[in-house]
Amino acid sequence: MTAAPAVSRATRTSPHTLSKKRRSPLSGGDSRGAWLFLAPFGLFYLAFLLGPTIWMIITSFFNTSTVKAGLGSFAGFKNYGEMLGRADFWSAMWHTLQFTIYTTPPLVILAFVFAILTNRVRRGQWFFRLAFFLPYILPSATISLIWVFIFTPGTGLWASAQQAVGLTPGAGILASPNTAMIGIAIATVWWTLGFNFVLYLAGLQEIPRELYEAAAVDGATTWEQIRYITLPLLGRTTTLVVLLQIIASLKIFDQVYLMTSGAPASRRRSPSASSPGPRSPTTGSAQPLRPRCSSSSSSS
Amino acid sequence: MALTETRPRTKSPISGAAPQARTGKVGVSGRTFSIVSAIVLVVFAIVWLIPSLFALKTSLTDNGVAALGATNILKSWNPTLHSFASYFQAGDIWNWYLASAITSVVTAVLTVLFGSMAAFALSRLRFRGQNIVLLLILLGIMIPTQVLIVPIFQELGAVNLLNTYWSVIFPQVPAVIAVFIFKQFFDGIPKELEEAARIDGAGLWKVYWSVVMPLSRPVIAAVTILTFVGVWNNLLLPLFVLSNPNLMTVPVGLATVQGSFGLRYADIQAGALLAALPLIILYLAFQRQIVEGVTGSGLKG
Repeated sequence: MTAAPAVSRATRTSPHTLSKKRRSPLSGGDSRGAWLFLAPFGLFYLAFLLGPTIWMIITSFFNTSTVKAGLGSFAGFKNYGEMLGRADFWSAMWHTLQFTIYTTPPLVILAFVFAILTNRVRRGQWFFRLAFFLPYILPSATISLIWVFIFTPGTGLWASAQQAVGLTPGAGILASPNTAMIGIAIATVWWTLGFNFVLYLAGLQEIPRELYEAAAVDGATTWEQIRYITLPLLGRTTTLVVLLQIIASLKIFDQVYLMTSGAPASRRRSPSASSPGPRSPTTGSAQPLRPRCSSSSSSS
Repeated sequence: MALTETRPRTKSPISGAAPQARTGKVGVSGRTFSIVSAIVLVVFAIVWLIPSLFALKTSLTDNGVAALGATNILKSWNPTLHSFASYFQAGDIWNWYLASAITSVVTAVLTVLFGSMAAFALSRLRFRGQNIVLLLILLGIMIPTQVLIVPIFQELGAVNLLNTYWSVIFPQVPAVIAVFIFKQFFDGIPKELEEAARIDGAGLWKVYWSVVMPLSRPVIAAVTILTFVGVWNNLLLPLFVLSNPNLMTVPVGLATVQGSFGLRYADIQAGALLAALPLIILYLAFQRQIVEGVTGSGLKG
């Protein structure tokens, strides 16, 4: 969405369409300067973002090996065919989708509700922002250590809470392939809700107070105000939050890798957490690249 | 940012014109709603704080007591700093802190400098191919960087940068989002200022460095802190490119040793908190900038 205004402005000020006197003094003859300004970022961008992407696309059509130099023999779509034919590829895909389905609704709805409620509170907003947002800046290593401990089978906080309400704690939520995803989803909701929360708070700031005042004068109840003013006016924010959330959820790696490394094997691995790149004998295994904590990459 | 309160006041001067009965009803329902929502909010805030507080409580408990389970941890009232002390005595944590601090600070500086320069060119200058450059950079947002880990690993290996701090720093410098945050901000700076400077004979660099950058302090702070936090928390890249234990960053070091702790839960939780400690301090010091940065990266990215 940022691109649109810039693009339109650029076309508008193109040298042929504009008279000289309306052009800003910055616009004429700056081409060399502009490229010099772009160069440092551009170099890193090419070297570590665009370059690797293109290289990866090219090598995906060859039998490239990580232990041998060169592209290797041409493979066409064979690597893709092999990947698509693997059961663990599809199960990893499904688990990622499952994770996205589990996490997106609570992360959007809870963030929305918390933001609306926080926005109504007159005092101590800093406290709620601290409570909801602080986890977001913590490292995934910290998050996973905290939650693995909470989910300790039998004696952990989760199990104790289950006992307190009369449930029988099982073998531990992370130990079983069926529930591990739920455990990871809970930890993730706790961890990343703050981001959406802050986006919603910012969205709420933009709604003019007068609208609520006018609605109140007309006798609208609080519920009606939320329903007919807040909700529609936060539509743009919601679209954005949902989109960003789906992207973030589909990119999950750290939590799965850290919280369940080893344990019930590849059952709930996401594609990014299974080894990067195809791991056939010819395409070179990713295992040598995983020096430590390698338990989760070795199975399958 | 000032979070203004949007609750409608029935006391507002105009509302006197509304029918009396109605105003009364709105007032009551509004007040009940406020009380209920405050209670709900407080309950959730406490739920959200429990994991961190429980980790803190555990880290201050003796390892032996912590091994007995959550109820024993909550009941114990003998706080000890033993677990924290053991980290500082073992010494590894200092290496981790050093590695994380160096990589985070250097990446943040380079990202801010190069990102703002690129944004300056895109926002302030007109040149051939501008749209293509913009499009290419926009494309960068859509590349999930984690899938690039293998080519980046090979690339760093080819230039002998593996197992150096540079191998963690360089791949994180091209943060596309930083360019967009800067560009967004630069677009809002009035052109007259720099035009005046240009007429006075200032070169492009002078305009960028002495006119635009000093006006951009808030966005510089936001991008710096966000980059710092992002690099500090990055697990995947340093996990791949650093195998020398002396160079490991905090998340990698923690991920590496956590397996060897076994049932020493207090030590584990102390480690988890120590990894996050600098970020918690940073958050408390720069709360506003962090929240604004996140908002900017989300809403404007």
